[in-house]
Order: sequence, then C-alpha cells, then structure tokens
Amino acid sequence: MDLFLQRLFDGLTNGSAYALIAVALVLIFKATTLINFAQGEQAMLGAFIVLQLWNWGLPMWIAVITGMLISGLLAGGLERAIIRRFDPADHLPLVIITLGLFLVLNAVAAIIWRYDPLAFPQLFPHGSALTIGNARLSWYSIFAFGSCILVLLLLHVLLNKTKIGLSFRAVSSNLESSRLCGIKVGPTLQFGWALAAAAGTFGASIYAANPVLQIEPSIMLRALIFSITAAALGGLDSLWGALLGGLTIGFIQSVLVQYIPFIPNEMTLAATVAVLLIVLTFRPSGFLGTKAVERV
Amino acid sequence: MTNVLLKAENLTATYGQVEILHGISFEVYGNEIAVILGANGAGKTTTIRALSGMIDTTGTITFNKEDISQLEPDSIVRKGVAHVPQGRGTFPELTVEDNLRVGAFIRSDKEVESDIQNCYDTYPVLFERRSQSAGSLSGGEQQMLAVSRALMSRPELLLLDEPSLGLAPQIVEALFERFLIMNKDHGTTMLIVEQNAQIALGMADRGYVLEAGEIAVEGQASSLINDEAIIRAYLGG
Repeated sequence: MDLFLQRLFDGLTNGSAYALIAVALVLIFKATTLINFAQGEQAMLGAFIVLQLWNWGLPMWIAVITGMLISGLLAGGLERAIIRRFDPADHLPLVIITLGLFLVLNAVAAIIWRYDPLAFPQLFPHGSALTIGNARLSWYSIFAFGSCILVLLLLHVLLNKTKIGLSFRAVSSNLESSRLCGIKVGPTLQFGWALAAAAGTFGASIYAANPVLQIEPSIMLRALIFSITAAALGGLDSLWGALLGGLTIGFIQSVLVQYIPFIPNEMTLAATVAVLLIVLTFRPSGFLGTKAVERV
Repeated sequence: MTNVLLKAENLTATYGQVEILHGISFEVYGNEIAVILGANGAGKTTTIRALSGMIDTTGTITFNKEDISQLEPDSIVRKGVAHVPQGRGTFPELTVEDNLRVGAFIRSDKEVESDIQNCYDTYPVLFERRSQSAGSLSGGEQQMLAVSRALMSRPELLLLDEPSLGLAPQIVEALFERFLIMNKDHGTTMLIVEQNAQIALGMADRGYVLEAGEIAVEGQASSLINDEAIIRAYLGG
C-alpha cells in the first residue's frame, strides 16, 4: 500500500513536469499545427540560463523569471530569423528545421556548460509535506503540481480574456481570415513562440529542480518524448488536456509499468506510446482536443 | 455618381506562370452596390483578393484617393475595406461572439459591445448561438456570421466573394435583401462578386461582366439585366 502511494506521488511529480513541457508544445501546435521538436532543448537551454543567472548571484526566482524572459526573446528571434521564412502551411520543412534546432541547441548547451551534471537551485522547500506509512509526498511534488496549475491558469486567462490571446486563437483557427481582420500574423506567431519558450523554460526549471535530478544538456531528451506523448494524449490543442496527458503519462510510468510484470522497466517509453495508440484509436482527438466539427 | 471610392486600373494578377487577370479596370462609387459577374475561372475571386492585398498584383488600386496597391491585408482593412472571403472564412474553433470580436480587432473604441448587439438584433440566431463554435453553424448561419464579422470593422467598403455559394435559394434571397437594407440604411458601399447574376443584378446599381480575365461588359444593372446577349451568355436565359 505504501509503495502504491509512493508510486502515485512519483507519478504526480513527473506528470507535472511533463505537463509543463506539453503545454509549451500545445501552444506552438495551436498556433501553427506543428510539433516543435526543439521545444525540449529550448527549455533545457532556458533552464541553463536560469542556472547561470543564479550562479551570478540573482535570487533563484528572479533568475527563473529572467530566464523565462530571455528564452522568450530568443524564441521570438528564432521565429523571426528562421521559421517565418517558410510557408506556414508546408509542415515538412518546418518539422525538419525544428529537428535541426534541436541538435544545434543541444550542441550549444554542451559547448557552454559541458556534459557534466550540475546542481540546479532548489526552488521549493525540502522534505516531505505528508507521510503516510513509508510513502512520502514531498514539498517538491506539491509545488511542482501547484506551479503547473498556476501556469495553466495564467495561460488560460491570457488566451481567453485578452486581445493578444484572441488574435492568437484567431490565427490558429484561420490564418487567412485573421489577416483580413487586420491581425498581423507574423508577430502573433512570434508571440506564440516566445510564450511557449517561456512556459517551457519554467517547466524545465521545475523539472531540473527535482532533488533527485541534476541538469545536463540531455536532461530533456527523455522528458520530451513523454511530453510529446502527453500533449498528443491530451489532444494537442488543449492546455488542460496537456495537464491531463502529462499526469496520465506520469502515472503510467510510475504505477502501471511497475505493476504489470510482463512490461520490463526498459519498455516504459514504449508502454506510454502504446497507451497513446489505444486512446487515440477510440478518441482520435485525445482527452480534450477539439473535435473536427465543421459543417460546410 | 461622381464620388469614386475605389478605383482599379490595369490590374493584372498571376498564379505561378498563368496570368489570370489581363489588366482590368473598374470603379466602385461611394454608397453604391456594384457586382462583378462571371463564370467559374473568370477571375472573380482573384480580382477581389487583389483588392484586399491577399495576392500580388501589378496595376494601381486607389481607395479614397489613396494608393493601396502595395499594402498588406492588415493595413487595407484599417483603411476601411472589409472582405468576406469565399467559403465564409469564419473562425470555426472560436465561438460566434469571439468571431465578432475578431472582426472588431482593429477597433479600440467603446462601441464594440453595442455593435455586437446590433449584429444580434439583425440576426437573432447568432445571439442564440453566441457561445457555440462557429464551425457548428449551418451554411446560411455561417454566411450571416461572416458578413456580421466583416461589418464589425465598420468598413466603408464591403467586399463579398460569392455570398450565395452553396446556400438554398430562399436563404440567398434573405441574405441579399439584408445587403440592400445595409446599403440603404448605413450607406455601406459593396462590391459583390457573384455567379448568381439574376439576384445580384436585381439589387445592384452597376455591374461588370468578367470573362477570362477581362471586363467584357459593363453598365447599369438595370440595363444589363435586360440585355439579350447578357441574358443568353451569363444568366442562363
């Protein structure tokens, strides 16, 4: 029983981190119907920037917020310099570009910070908030989950209650009509990239702040695959779906795989994708994704 | 009728290697309803897309005596030209009300809310469905929404690309009656591109007939509608 609880708690912890990266993926997908494979590496780079700022003496939360701003600006620059040159309707070149960015950003981080794992600042209090038998729910888990909810609420308000959010949703719904309504599509998508990168940096910072982890350039590789799966499970265009997807993946990883003896631990990644396959077979638009309803 | 609101001179447009418009010229006068008629592939949609800056063109387009030929679509709508594209061009994932708000994107005045209310008064069905996604509306409702969305920018000139397409005859009739009311009550100038010549000429002031990228005939709608040759060629008479 204790073990089961502990696994649930672990699932919550990992799931929250996956959800945060998944949210960043969802933002880009909403804007461009594109999976940004570089999202994880952008987030990793952002987390390194946070670490660097912290090493230079900034208070840790100021470092996180400044790091989010810097990675947002960098992503806006990437969008302007590289992504905007290509036809947004032609996905293949763009996907390959994001894969290229993935490799470049990983190399850049490796050149600057090397591959040695570094300690990341502890963003949350140490210790356990709750102990049931031998199962411990750490403060870290609670704060990771809580900040995930906070980010989602903020994004929800931004997208649904502000004018920039309205233009963002309009562009993601109908590019041509958005232009006809006076929306500047380029800057709106740029805003989406910046917002996604900032959210991703926040997610990677939370992820790297896990007391059992240290930061190194390949920290997000595994997380990215889980996060892409989480985003797809949630429906790719739903922020709250990303949370649901992230938690589901977290629980699959920490609970399901542990209790089904014929799934070896090495197959965790494959098991999550198998679950994705099953869910999408019966619900093609994921948990909360927009169903393609269009009457013509 | 001397106040020229929109003037297109020697407009050419190409898609890839193919020239679609071969240097056409036409005018739209203030407060009138003008129509451009023509068969499929005559270049009607290309013409209207050229006006709102959606495609590259050569030639000159002046609106309110200002050259808008080189402007981007988002600047042209700010000058007062609203475009209802073919196939409605609504935002299917957004609610009906959000569609109207996007229509008012270029405005920051206090009257947006009352204009939304006016749209609802004109089309009560939009009020009933205000929280539904636009994609779930019927074709006729979508066209009502598309027109309302365009009017939310308070345009001087409304461009309509085949509003009758895919709609039942009685819905088309109601739609065009509404255009006439908008024109009479608010003085909204309209340029309508249509295949349905009968109904379009019935309400328009003037008409142009576009044939293979050139203006074949132009004149008062009342004379075009009685022209034997036109009836035979374009009105299926």
